Amino acid sequence: MLNPYMPYPVCIDEIITETEDRNLKTFKFVFLNPGDEDKFSYRAGQFAELSVTGKGEIPIGIASSPTEKGFVKFTVNKVGLVSSYLHSMKVGDIMGIRGPLGNSYPWDTLEGKNVVIIGGGFAFTTLRSSIIFMLDPANRKKFKNINVIYGARTPGMLLYRDELAAWEKRDDINMHITVDAVNDPDWKYNVGFVPAITEKKAPNADADTYAIICGPPVMIKFTQPVLDKLGYGHDHIIMSLENRMKCGIGMCGRCNIGKEFVCKDGPVFTLAQLNATPREY
Amino acid sequence: MKVIKIDKNDWAGGIGKIQSSYRLYGPVKGDAFHDFKALEKGELPDLNFFNTRVSPKSVVYPQSEVMFEYSLDEKDAEHHILKDAAKDYSPKAVLGIRPCDAASFLLVKRNFDTPEYKDPYWIRSYEATTFVGYACNNPCSTCFCTTAGSGPFNEEGLDVLLVDEGDCYYAKVITSKGENLLNAAGWKTEADGGAPDKIAALGKEAGSKIGSSVATDQLKDKKTTELYEAPFWEDVSFACINCGTCTYLCPTCWCFDIQDENSGCSGVRMRNWDSCMFPLFTIHGTGHNPRGTKLQRVRQRFMHKLKYYVDKYDNGIQCVGCGRCIRSCPVNIDIRRVCDMMNSYDPKACACPAK
Ligand SMILES: Cc1cc2nc3c(=O)[nH]c(=O)nc-3n(C[C@H](O)[C@H](O)[C@H](O)COP(=O)(O)OP(=O)(O)OC[C@H]3O[C@@H](n4cnc5c(N)ncnc54)[C@H](O)[C@@H]3O)c2cc1C
Ligand code: SF4
Ligand code: SF4
Ligand code: FES
Repeated sequence: MLNPYMPYPVCIDEIITETEDRNLKTFKFVFLNPGDEDKFSYRAGQFAELSVTGKGEIPIGIASSPTEKGFVKFTVNKVGLVSSYLHSMKVGDIMGIRGPLGNSYPWDTLEGKNVVIIGGGFAFTTLRSSIIFMLDPANRKKFKNINVIYGARTPGMLLYRDELAAWEKRDDINMHITVDAVNDPDWKYNVGFVPAITEKKAPNADADTYAIICGPPVMIKFTQPVLDKLGYGHDHIIMSLENRMKCGIGMCGRCNIGKEFVCKDGPVFTLAQLNATPREY
Repeated sequence: MKVIKIDKNDWAGGIGKIQSSYRLYGPVKGDAFHDFKALEKGELPDLNFFNTRVSPKSVVYPQSEVMFEYSLDEKDAEHHILKDAAKDYSPKAVLGIRPCDAASFLLVKRNFDTPEYKDPYWIRSYEATTFVGYACNNPCSTCFCTTAGSGPFNEEGLDVLLVDEGDCYYAKVITSKGENLLNAAGWKTEADGGAPDKIAALGKEAGSKIGSSVATDQLKDKKTTELYEAPFWEDVSFACINCGTCTYLCPTCWCFDIQDENSGCSGVRMRNWDSCMFPLFTIHGTGHNPRGTKLQRVRQRFMHKLKYYVDKYDNGIQCVGCGRCIRSCPVNIDIRRVCDMMNSYDPKACACPAK
């Protein structure tokens, strides 16, 4: 019997400090056992339990894309026990990864469609995975227009800044980067909160256009009315939830919203699905 | 179906023989209550009981269980890599489990044995266990098993059903696993042809003594969001002190936590029973808590048992009617009353504004 609680052993290969407040770091892991990388075959939008031996496990969205080979990446905010300890670890340290877990963004549905990505703060991790995945030469033709609205408090709080700059230069993806406020006179991009920029830049709704939205609760709260105004149906608005988790496989009982387990039936749901469940997230 | 007659004079001897090939568990009397315990060599289960205070779920699913071991010492070749903890899945048997409690394992199995994932600890422990039931000739006043998918002589989940017949027990053989256990005990005398009828008659009599019931027929058709927003949760949860007694005693509550425990340079990853009654169960690292209030937690317990489970598995409620939570709740919260409120809830008929 396969033990779904047993993590794959990994080694930290690289640590990148992402933000100016140093609270977000990206960890690049390589699998210790050849073969485990194939077993850890994932889709954009899934997550994994990062197992810090002696401290515990935390559910973290997979930030690398299935099209990137040889490693997996996660971007972790420093919050409590496990994430703070992880921030103090160094290249070469051994830990574990358990997964991939959860569903993913609905790639079958999204094929042939316009995709609007709306992200705020550090909830951009699985959105990065999705963008890299869609921009892969083998995949780009499977999607129509790609729009990305991504905001942070300040330029220094944006994740993956080099990649954002590179995507800005491409003509097969429309980037709308924004910050709440900026002192830098050379700032070339938008200034304003994500909901306001969404209202200005997001394409109007149609049957072939899906919005994926990930961010802090206040951003989601104010962006949803904007999408409603633009005519997005609730089955065309896709969200990813972050309930507290332990097992990640629908057994320990804590992450449910109604009869759905966020860890196993989610974390990705359409707003239409969420409307039918208790809002316990 | 085969029925074996066990003379009570052969009881202790048989149990002694079983213990050479099985680890035995049974009800044992403590200061004031019976509870299921591992029986020492020569120790007998005390069948002079209504039911135990805590359910026998720990026979399969211990309150605390080590899953993995690890070394944090960088001098060790495999430091920081989890290793399976040593486990004993040799045969075990629980003697004197009540039929409702045996049925509970079938409900819990739906959680741990799924098409996508198998919980190896629960499943292997469950498979190693032989369930020897003890029919309830005299149910208690808080039992409502007959309307909760079970019954005082219910056989589901059992390998053998023992029925007290004065100076002997009838042992109804339900599975080959059960037959093996009876053979190991040396209990082989078949009862006379009238035994099955006698068992049926006793069962009928016991069933008629069950004085309380729940109605569950409407639960499936209720809208989740309407039940969730029903005004009665305020009243239901008002007195609850979130002690967690109900979930701890319940045979069908399975929630758990996972923790790493270190001592020096080594440690274990273990799991422990947890409870939806505790705020820490769902609190996020940021401090946000989707079930931060007592009302939300009490509602979760009842909605899980009586609505989410019903919808998820289409196989009845997540409760076998053992009545433990009713008997032990310090503030008399009664699942029978809540179940009836949910089952008969009509949002349109309710005069109070939905919250
Ligand atoms: C599907 C999913 C994807 C996520 N993706 C990311 C990500 O990409 N980057 C990121 O920084 N964070 C992400 N989070 C949130 C992250 O899991 C928590 O910040 C983290 O668990 C906090 O753990 P801690 O030990 O540092 O905090 P503590 O408060 O000390 O938490 C102790 C334990 O509680 C649990 N826990 C606490 N908060 C949460 C929470 N919000 N969600 C789930 N479990 C929690 C964990 O099991 C943790 O080990 C994600 C959460 C989920 C559910
Ligand atoms: S036993 Fe009673 S008081 Fe304690 S948590 Fe359960 S319902 Fe609340
Ligand atoms: S909910 Fe109460 S009555 Fe039902 S099985 Fe659990 S303890 Fe027994
Ligand atoms: S994390 Fe255990 S059930 Fe979802």
